[in-house]
Amino acid sequence: MRFGVVRFPGSCDEVDALLACRRFGDAEVVWHRERDLHAVDAVILPGGFSYGDYLRVGAIARFSPVMEAVTDFARSGGPVLGICNGFQVLCEAGLLPGALLPNTGLRFLCRQVDVRVANPDTPFTRACARDERLSLPVKHGAGRFYAPDGALDELEANGQIALRYAEGHNPNGSVRDAAGVSNEAGNVLGLMPHPEHATDGLTGSTDGGKLFGSVVEHAVERAAVAA
Amino acid sequence: MLIRPKEGILDPQGQAVERALPALGFEGVESVHVGRLVELEVADPGRVGEMCEQLLTNPLVEDYEVQVEDGAAA
Repeated sequence: MRFGVVRFPGSCDEVDALLACRRFGDAEVVWHRERDLHAVDAVILPGGFSYGDYLRVGAIARFSPVMEAVTDFARSGGPVLGICNGFQVLCEAGLLPGALLPNTGLRFLCRQVDVRVANPDTPFTRACARDERLSLPVKHGAGRFYAPDGALDELEANGQIALRYAEGHNPNGSVRDAAGVSNEAGNVLGLMPHPEHATDGLTGSTDGGKLFGSVVEHAVERAAVAA
Repeated sequence: MLIRPKEGILDPQGQAVERALPALGFEGVESVHVGRLVELEVADPGRVGEMCEQLLTNPLVEDYEVQVEDGAAA
């Protein structure tokens, strides 16, 4: 089981993402100019400030050559996890619904928050129990998830709001406390909190490991079905 | 291109400016919104709308208005 962690110019969490992935499987960096994903089993778009977040967060990274391969991979059912800036890029690329806007309080936030697993039936949350509370750090200036009301009703009905900020923990004004949102098929997930920063007891929580562990379980199962 | 937050979407930047103005004695200010201005020179202005839809704006959360000025830049 091998993860590919995409590095855009301006990514800054790809090394932590690699280290987190390597606790559960193999992992390598995929440079954003590449058009090939090296046959990895899962793709991570890490946090950071791709292309300086010029124009809008995630707006330019979406046009990186690697994104064509990521889109094909996602369309074929491959698991794609976007963390923070990665979430923003996936929304801009149209692989996830909605958009991420500046935090309601207009400040860059860096703090530990609790999220609840609203849908444990995704490739990223299957190692979690329904309603399980995970303690994860957030650090972002534009993390306010937005989608029109009608679209939100659909997302909720489909279980696509897979992670929600626990009561009193919504740091950025995201609608319906959405912290992590998936596509309809469930194989693409974006979240603002950073699971990769919560995999080592030294830094507090290890809850983030559950997401990486989930992806490995899923990928192994997917490979067995394909074989 | 004048790019504005779509009506009805919370615009905390506009709100912050709206609150700051009275603090300087500018009363009677309301409906403040902060957007972006993109200037460019282009041979065929007919495709500017496509540029806005595909890159310069996020149509889900932003509206835009195109203003065309003829002639080469001074």
